[in-house]
Amino acid sequence: MKKTQWFRLVVGILAAATFVAACGDSSSSSSGEVASCAVGETDGDLAMFNWAEYIDEEQLQEFADEFGISYTLDSYDSNEAMQPIVSAGNSGYDVIIPSDYMVGILIAAGSIQPLNFDAIPNASNLSADFQGLYYDPDGTHSLPYQWGTTGIAVNTAVVGTDFPRSWGLIFDPAISGAFDGQIQLLNDPRETMGAALHYLGYSNNTTSIDELNEAKDLVRATAGRLAAFNTDSADEFLTSGETVIAHGYSGDMFVQFLETDNPSDYVYFVPEEGGTRWIDNFSIAFDAPHPCTAHTFINWMFGGDQGAALTNWNYYNTPNDAAVPGLDEDLLDFVNDPSVLAGGVDSLESLEDTGDFETNYSDAFVEAKG
Amino acid sequence: MTVAEAPVDREVDALEATPEFEAAAERQESRRGFLMALPAYAYLVLFFAVPLVIVVVYSFATRNRFGGTDLSGWNLDSYAKLGEPIVRDILFRSVWLALITTVICLVIAYPFAYFLATRSPAIRNVMLVFVMIPFWTNFLVRNYAWRVILGNDGPLTRTTEAIGLGEQELLFSQTAVVLGLVYGFLPFMILPLYAAIERIDHGLLEASRDLYANGYQSFRRVLLPLSMPGVIAGSILVFVPSLGAYVTPEILGGAKTTLLGSYIVTQFLTARNWPLGASLSFVLMAIMLVTTIIYFRKGGRTL
Amino acid sequence: MSSAVAPRGWTKFGLHLNGWLVYLFFYAPIILLVVFSFSASRNVGTWGGWTFEWYGEFADSQNARNALSASLKIAIVSTAVSVVLGTMAALSLERFTFRGKQVFDGLLYLPIIIPDVTMAVMMLLFFAEFFDVLDFLFGIETRKGFNSIVASHIAFSISFVSVVVRARLAGMDTKLEEAALDLYATRWKAFRYVTFPQIMPGIAGGALLAMTLSLDDVVITQFVAGPGWTTLPVYVFGLIRRGVTPLINAISVVMLVGSMTLVVLSIVVERARGGSRSE
Repeated sequence: MKKTQWFRLVVGILAAATFVAACGDSSSSSSGEVASCAVGETDGDLAMFNWAEYIDEEQLQEFADEFGISYTLDSYDSNEAMQPIVSAGNSGYDVIIPSDYMVGILIAAGSIQPLNFDAIPNASNLSADFQGLYYDPDGTHSLPYQWGTTGIAVNTAVVGTDFPRSWGLIFDPAISGAFDGQIQLLNDPRETMGAALHYLGYSNNTTSIDELNEAKDLVRATAGRLAAFNTDSADEFLTSGETVIAHGYSGDMFVQFLETDNPSDYVYFVPEEGGTRWIDNFSIAFDAPHPCTAHTFINWMFGGDQGAALTNWNYYNTPNDAAVPGLDEDLLDFVNDPSVLAGGVDSLESLEDTGDFETNYSDAFVEAKG
Repeated sequence: MTVAEAPVDREVDALEATPEFEAAAERQESRRGFLMALPAYAYLVLFFAVPLVIVVVYSFATRNRFGGTDLSGWNLDSYAKLGEPIVRDILFRSVWLALITTVICLVIAYPFAYFLATRSPAIRNVMLVFVMIPFWTNFLVRNYAWRVILGNDGPLTRTTEAIGLGEQELLFSQTAVVLGLVYGFLPFMILPLYAAIERIDHGLLEASRDLYANGYQSFRRVLLPLSMPGVIAGSILVFVPSLGAYVTPEILGGAKTTLLGSYIVTQFLTARNWPLGASLSFVLMAIMLVTTIIYFRKGGRTL
Repeated sequence: MSSAVAPRGWTKFGLHLNGWLVYLFFYAPIILLVVFSFSASRNVGTWGGWTFEWYGEFADSQNARNALSASLKIAIVSTAVSVVLGTMAALSLERFTFRGKQVFDGLLYLPIIIPDVTMAVMMLLFFAEFFDVLDFLFGIETRKGFNSIVASHIAFSISFVSVVVRARLAGMDTKLEEAALDLYATRWKAFRYVTFPQIMPGIAGGALLAMTLSLDDVVITQFVAGPGWTTLPVYVFGLIRRGVTPLINAISVVMLVGSMTLVVLSIVVERARGGSRSE
């Protein structure tokens, strides 16, 4: 009786062990060689893995029609959900759009392949501000896609216009005590702890546990004054009246303002103590089934017209110099408004992966929430 | 094959009820049972047990610098983490919430299941289906709909103000979370209860009435014990997933308290600490398994 | 139920009231969903005047339509398989003893208690290797997509189906089955004409549950899907991330109407065939 059961158990474990052992091998190992592709060459259909609503399907269809192929578009809602899928291998995707810190991780894990810039001549359109980025210093594995900032959005019809352009608007009860229960912070450990850290005068990439604990205490003291911690609907809560002070992303907020009847009631700014600048990027999966199509796509998207079309659709910011002349008026007004960056361009900081220290951020955030 | 195992498919009656025959019949029964279980068994071994073992292995691994998992060098670090106060608090909160949800579901679902089971056969099938239909909308969408209903200026508060019950700012409170959880898991309680109550011979209830028991006594002495399998099944189907719930606390609770489900998701999808996520999951599952066994033993069933 | 034992007076009133309140509770968000799917305002919760634009947007969106058809295909296949396997599992556990029964029983509970995200992660890791092994051993070439999603859905649905069917089987009077066997019925006939009709409500309940689980699953599906196999809940999840608009309501209403139509059809077919066989 016991024999068959043990037998089954042993077989099962052996099988699993084989898988696990094999795991170490076949997943993620980019060979380090660039795909040899000519400009405009395609080797099959385009499989794109992108954030939701980040690219117009019609634009993808245009690309597909021009090159006589078809496309698939699947979406993910966070870098951390996308990365294991790509790193595990056999994902089937060609082009992915990782955020700044995630590119560094993907490179280290061998999950994305180096780009063949001979096949991407339009990369010369890349703005100088976006070269030599910390996460990909030689720019070998990524090309910036869109970028934006994280800051505070305010309903001035309720709050008035006389408030300091500082994180204190959220963290300081002396400033916003009247709006308790109508304030929202992002449900993102790095962004929210980062906001607290900036307010306290520290870097949002600190690896000092003391600084982090200070930030944690600050967030904890604020938690009771919040309506919610929320990322997806930060913009909606603001315009629907659930909140009057919101922590959120530039493009999201801007689009949401324009949806309302009275956009001029709302204002978005990056506080003077500093905020996050984030950059999303084109990358190609290490085992992309159609690397040449992927290169051609990236090159096509980096043309001036396509770059402008992209940004005019999702209303974030473009790293593509050639696209700037084609941008919508509204967008340019919003983006070029000097009051948006209360601390100036230099106050912006990108989020970097802190390696082994990273888990402290998420734990501090959990403890702060109570 | 002996004469006794001839093609006639009979359990008991035989030409000769010898011990050898009985043993052979038992073996045949046992084989049948095994064959009946085999498809599901084999399927689950391949598509569940094997993947599970992979993750068990991961729980002994270490999180590397980049949030990937380093399989060389096994250790118990991720299990050691479980003793920390942060995990204890989360566990306590989650168990409490899941208990409340289960009890409320039981209290609401039992009369409802009884109501359903005592309609005429044609109607009760239809009614049962109408119970399930709302749950064929997307789970997330239902949560978001509740967010609108419970919102600051939403339908609920407008209704209560209109009928004089005053303003109800329920959104982002603990109450909203419980409401959302009860809403999401009520069918899981109703279905097994309905199945159990529906097959009870109502002649027994009649008999208890004839013997001068009142309604409450009939319920407590006859109906409840007979429907116990449904109560147990329903409670497990509600309590267990409630413990791991994370969507509702986030959408309706404003993510203001971290529950076990959210914490596990955070490990996998934010902190990228898979070993800890794995160890948390297994401890959770172990607790659940133990609870289930205890509950079943009390209910007199096997597990 | 005989009138001698039917609840009377306050109990009866209470039962009915509870019944209708529960239905109201269940349908409150649905009503909201339907009403606001016709609202011209992008903000769900603020009424913006009547419009069909969201339905139009849904009809136009290739992605949404693909997601819907993907979800339906997956749900139907996974429900069918898991109902068969789950019912067999339930029968084997309730009616037989055999070696390894306890292990099987325990194994069957694991998919119920495992957190979604853990299962998602483990299935991802599993399929990353499984298809390679399949190719190597049998030369079967397949990618992540329909196959991996369906396989995963079946894996978690079997347990739920078996729990519901077991609740039905447990304590069910076996005398009728024994009587049938005594009367020279074969095992199969006894099952088909005696056991099966009696457990039908359990099987139907299990099937409904399996269908719902499949149509709702997000995390597991996300991790084992492949290009072009985004299911509806994953698609909606992505949309929600970008903003809750009435488009989501419109999609949900379409699904709702679809499932209601299916159900009405099956009831009509059932009636036409002479009604149910159950007691």
